[in-house]
Amino acid sequence: MSDTGISSIANYIPRLRLQRKAIAESNAWMAPNLVGKGKGAKAISNWDEDSVTMSVEAARRILGPEDDRSHIDSLFFASTTMPYSDRLNSGIIRAALTLEETTQCTDVSSSIKSGTTALINAFNSVNSGKNSYSLVAASDKRKARVASSQELNFGDAATAISISKENVIAKFIDSASLSIDFIDHFRGPNEEFDYNWEERWIRDEGYLKIIPKLINNLLQDNDISPSDISRFILPCIFPRVPQTIAKKTGINPDCIVDNLAVSVGDTGSCHPLIMLTSVLENSTPGEKILVCSFGGGGDAILLETTNLITDFTNIETTIDLINNGVDEDNYMKYLTFNDLVKWEKGMRAEIDRKTALTTLYRHNDAIIGLVGGKCSKTGTIQFPASRISVSPNSPDLDTQEPYKFAEKKANILSWSADYLSFSINPPNYYGIVSFEEGGRIMMDFTDVGEGDVESGKDVKMVFRIKAFDEVRGFTRYFWKAVPI
Amino acid sequence: MASGIKDKVAIIGMGCSKFGERWDTSPDDLMVEAYVEAMGDAGIEPNQLDAAWFSHHIDDIGSGKGGTPMSIALRLPNISVTRVENYCASGSEAFRGAVYAVAAGAADIAIALGMEKLKDTGYGGLPAANYGTLGPQIGPSGSAPGNFAQLASAYTAKHGVSAEDLKRAIAHVSVKSHANGALNPKAHLQKEVTEEQVMNAPMIAEPLGLFDCCGVSDGAAAAIVTTPEIAKSLGKKDLISVKALQLSVSNGLESQHNSWDGSYFHTVRVAAKKAYAEAGITNPRKEISMMEVHDCFSITELVTMEDLFISEEGNAVNDVMDGFYDSDGQLPCQIDGGLKCFGHPIGASGLRMLYEMYLQLQGKADKRQLSSPSIGLTHNLGGQPASNVCSVAIIGSL
Repeated sequence: MSDTGISSIANYIPRLRLQRKAIAESNAWMAPNLVGKGKGAKAISNWDEDSVTMSVEAARRILGPEDDRSHIDSLFFASTTMPYSDRLNSGIIRAALTLEETTQCTDVSSSIKSGTTALINAFNSVNSGKNSYSLVAASDKRKARVASSQELNFGDAATAISISKENVIAKFIDSASLSIDFIDHFRGPNEEFDYNWEERWIRDEGYLKIIPKLINNLLQDNDISPSDISRFILPCIFPRVPQTIAKKTGINPDCIVDNLAVSVGDTGSCHPLIMLTSVLENSTPGEKILVCSFGGGGDAILLETTNLITDFTNIETTIDLINNGVDEDNYMKYLTFNDLVKWEKGMRAEIDRKTALTTLYRHNDAIIGLVGGKCSKTGTIQFPASRISVSPNSPDLDTQEPYKFAEKKANILSWSADYLSFSINPPNYYGIVSFEEGGRIMMDFTDVGEGDVESGKDVKMVFRIKAFDEVRGFTRYFWKAVPI
Repeated sequence: MASGIKDKVAIIGMGCSKFGERWDTSPDDLMVEAYVEAMGDAGIEPNQLDAAWFSHHIDDIGSGKGGTPMSIALRLPNISVTRVENYCASGSEAFRGAVYAVAAGAADIAIALGMEKLKDTGYGGLPAANYGTLGPQIGPSGSAPGNFAQLASAYTAKHGVSAEDLKRAIAHVSVKSHANGALNPKAHLQKEVTEEQVMNAPMIAEPLGLFDCCGVSDGAAAAIVTTPEIAKSLGKKDLISVKALQLSVSNGLESQHNSWDGSYFHTVRVAAKKAYAEAGITNPRKEISMMEVHDCFSITELVTMEDLFISEEGNAVNDVMDGFYDSDGQLPCQIDGGLKCFGHPIGASGLRMLYEMYLQLQGKADKRQLSSPSIGLTHNLGGQPASNVCSVAIIGSL
């Protein structure tokens, strides 16, 4: 067994929970078959979230508030719904997390198993000694056709995992992979939605043949008995498939981990990792955990918890995240957030949102990393940084040192709820946010409910989509304030 | 210390177009309307003009950039025309340019003209502003009402005024202005409104409802200035002179430094102090006869009353509710109806305010005429509370 393993893991589940009943009832007139499936809820992201922003949120949970993140030397980002086909998506995450420029960033995509594939790559990179601290982020925000079963099933979320040889809570034993061109679904270039084949075939020829083979390969290679597995993770929406596979491979069915389908939904490439987080938040030392994924074949990863697992916890556990969700029964809101209906945006939405890439690059630390300046002479903190300090009566020249705002405490100075300006989620809340150590930013608020905003209230910073440039296909990111 | 502008320049002619939704009127026609009235009032010929200043804020829906639109529309005799743009203080900025040119001796007679054609956008409200290439990547995609509405949240937090009391006070600000505007044939909105109507109007940006926001309209206004000596040589009597012209511009302190609490206009306080010193005013609450302030939103006007040092800090709500600023109050404010009823064709507004002061000082304000005013103050505020341009002008009888 290697020394390499997971040193930290955390989930991010967006706050809204779309009630499946709302989807089923809205579409029952044309798809009565959905009514029986309208149970529970699925986690849906706000309009300003995507797989990149959700990954940033998950990663921040394991990085903590420390400014120094120089120990991270590689980053793997897994998703089948990356916002860019050609722009290093993990590079955006790196910049938002203010990781060093020398961090090796890799996008892993094209299959639902990309989350586990990224994790295996991270294990190998650390195990080989090439990297000493690797970060994995996986997230999906999948679109589905109205009234499809995918619409009911899909949920949005992200998981981040740190891999190192220090402070390991779950050691990496080994992994196995199968690369098989079994096409349960596909999504061609420029297509919004998946094309899906018959579920019975996917179940019988896919899951029930590929996953047992994968498990057997892994366990036999490592001379581990199926009965030693104490937790079996297999994201699968088909009923009883994990049970059948457990029986087939000799794993105790009691070890099957809840797939969170009722409370979160199928979150794609991060789903095995979401389930892994929920397991590690409630594990004891010495547990052997088998993580499987399906898609273009499959991956299987074997882990064993260490004594450090006893002290491991997240400030917001998966159970907390699920319990802290806000019920949403407005199906139209979901369709609007995801641009699944043609809605009247008004002339104010017609503004050209072309992003000057030169400007974005010049101010990349400020825009993507929320890095401002601190005057080395007066200590005045400001955003953004400038050659001449904003210090009252002390306009010092070239005294600014980088100052990170994203993890600092802040509160609302002034605000309004604007019904006039264009917003995908009106009213448009924004205002001045003052940071306790100094500095302030006039910024958008997000994840706001009525009555949530008032002067003096504490806020936290979140990395979100600022705007879409629909003409050029560019997503603009910045930070927003969330009342806490 | 500079000697200041006091009594060095006189206004000899002013003009103001009808403000409103001038669907059938072009930007050029608006300019002509204000210009013809101003020239007729001054009693001079075009070839007596030495220089011109033209204020125009949103060039992409108006007349375009530069000084040529004004020169061509008015067929000026190839004199200098300087286009100025300084947010909502643009009109006052044009006036400042003309006045300074005369005071410097660079021009004997100069004209300032402001024009804005806002109703060619296809929707109500102001078009989205241009904040360069960095601004949109950082700042909220908000609106003017959303920016100014924030004064209310900070003001209530600071002064302990209840949201309900503040809402009622700013409603009275609008009720008062509508009552004044109803008497003004050049105003866009000429109907009175009740406090209840204002309080119950649709929300635009909390806590500002529809009637807390000024109108959006087309309009133009112009002023012709010269030295008192030349004015007298032209046969002018009972001259109206410039007492003070001050402009204060945010340097980023409000938007970047935590020393500003969001409840007031830092620049207004700076400009007001300088203007009073320039005009020799020591007790503005007593010495100023009337004011036209930048009531883009009702909350702006209320806060401005304190920043101009007329109401004590935290007491504007009481002064407003006591009727201190009503037409029959001790210091009438927005006697022409203000931005509230004229709307805010941005480049024109500063000059439109001066036009009312000019009429009042000459006793020519018809039904709105106040008894014997001697000092009038105008105030413009452009941008937003956290980053703005403020102008304060004072004119009076020479």
